[in-house]
Amino acid sequence: MNVLTDNFSLYGKGLWGTVQLTLLAGALALAVGVLIAGFRVSPVKALRVFGTAWVTVLRNTPLTLLFFAVLLGLPRFGVVLPFMVFAVLALGAYTSAFICEAVRAGINTVPLGQGEAARSLGMTFTQTLSLVVLPQAARSVIPPIGSTLIALAKNSAIAGSFSVTELLGTYKPLNERGYGIVWTFVWIAVGYLIVTLTLAGVFGLLERKLGVAR
Amino acid sequence: MPEEPLIVLRGVNKHFGRLHVLKDIELTVGRGEVVVVIGPSGSGKSTLCRAINRLEPVESGTITVDGQPLPAEGRALAKLRADVGMVFQSFNLFAHRTVLDNVMLAPLKVRRHGKAEAERKARELLDRVGLTAQADKLPAQLSGGQQQRVAIARALAMDPKAMLFDEPTSALDPEMINEVLEVMQQLAEEGMTMVVVTHEMGFARSAADRVVFMADGEIIEDRVPEDFFTDPRTDRARDFLSKILHH
Repeated sequence: MNVLTDNFSLYGKGLWGTVQLTLLAGALALAVGVLIAGFRVSPVKALRVFGTAWVTVLRNTPLTLLFFAVLLGLPRFGVVLPFMVFAVLALGAYTSAFICEAVRAGINTVPLGQGEAARSLGMTFTQTLSLVVLPQAARSVIPPIGSTLIALAKNSAIAGSFSVTELLGTYKPLNERGYGIVWTFVWIAVGYLIVTLTLAGVFGLLERKLGVAR
Repeated sequence: MPEEPLIVLRGVNKHFGRLHVLKDIELTVGRGEVVVVIGPSGSGKSTLCRAINRLEPVESGTITVDGQPLPAEGRALAKLRADVGMVFQSFNLFAHRTVLDNVMLAPLKVRRHGKAEAERKARELLDRVGLTAQADKLPAQLSGGQQQRVAIARALAMDPKAMLFDEPTSALDPEMINEVLEVMQQLAEEGMTMVVVTHEMGFARSAADRVVFMADGEIIEDRVPEDFFTDPRTDRARDFLSKILHH
């Protein structure tokens, strides 16, 4: 039990690291994911091809491999950034592929006539998407995006193996200090639950709020 | 042609897979003219209507609106569409926005009108179609007839040069058809250029300058309504009329 009370600041730093990774990579994934979803339904073929390639590559690459690619690959092109930033890039890019597909599924739930009406009024593709289609897709997209971000929170543990301070990585120093493995991991699990249940709560609220709006 | 041409289709062809839905279509709609397109289902009349603002791209032939050939996908096409109003069979009101917002959205975002001006105009148009009281409701709270009248107001808010109606009353309960036709009739009297795909023969008789009869992707007759209804030239048209007029 006193593994937590004795090492509160260590756990705290780990938890904060996980929260930061989740928030930053989540924001990146949402922005890029929505953009790529727009690419995939765009009338411009080159954008559609790019979007499809983005999703195919990132969704089918093991996340650990992607971490290696970013951490070892980018410096070769002279891009040297803190490990934390590399981790956010890898997690964000990986998760964006899943966000994109969730958003695209949502776009497909909006009747075709909505887009046709918008275009018939002279709206451009971007206006049609942002003013008419995406707002109506939002409601059906909330649950799968919630799941994807929860998966992101847990996936952030991989960053621990790449010298980024996060929750799971705290087991190593604790183990060295001789604390029992069971309680060490119980408190780590509780930390993850705090993050994931908060996410689930926020998305539950969002779903209810958007549900009333129609 | 009574007036200068506004919409001109020349040698327009389109296939859906192996189905030849538009066969060498030649059609000219003059400014201020009301052309009603009728014909059996699958004859290509909706496709014809949707081709005019390129919701259906065509494979060959030319379509010009106000002297300007239809541009390919992009800003130029969007600009042209802004000048051609369209009313759909299934209304297609923006489900997440109020009636007033539906009418204001395109003037605000496409025409870049100010909010006050857009709202004043939207309320004026809603008043014209008799829906002032519904301004703050969502489309789903309205009857079909009311929704279609909002859709007409939404299209008119862009001050279009022409209006396309793609079976505007086909999804309506019978008692709501007239309220929509009355709005359309009024528009026709005010001199709006209109292409109307419909099964409402009464409207064709009373409001149209010309009736275009289509079958199997071809325009078979293109005549003054009274002549067409009393003395159709082709067997195909005679057969069609006998089926719909004699209940």
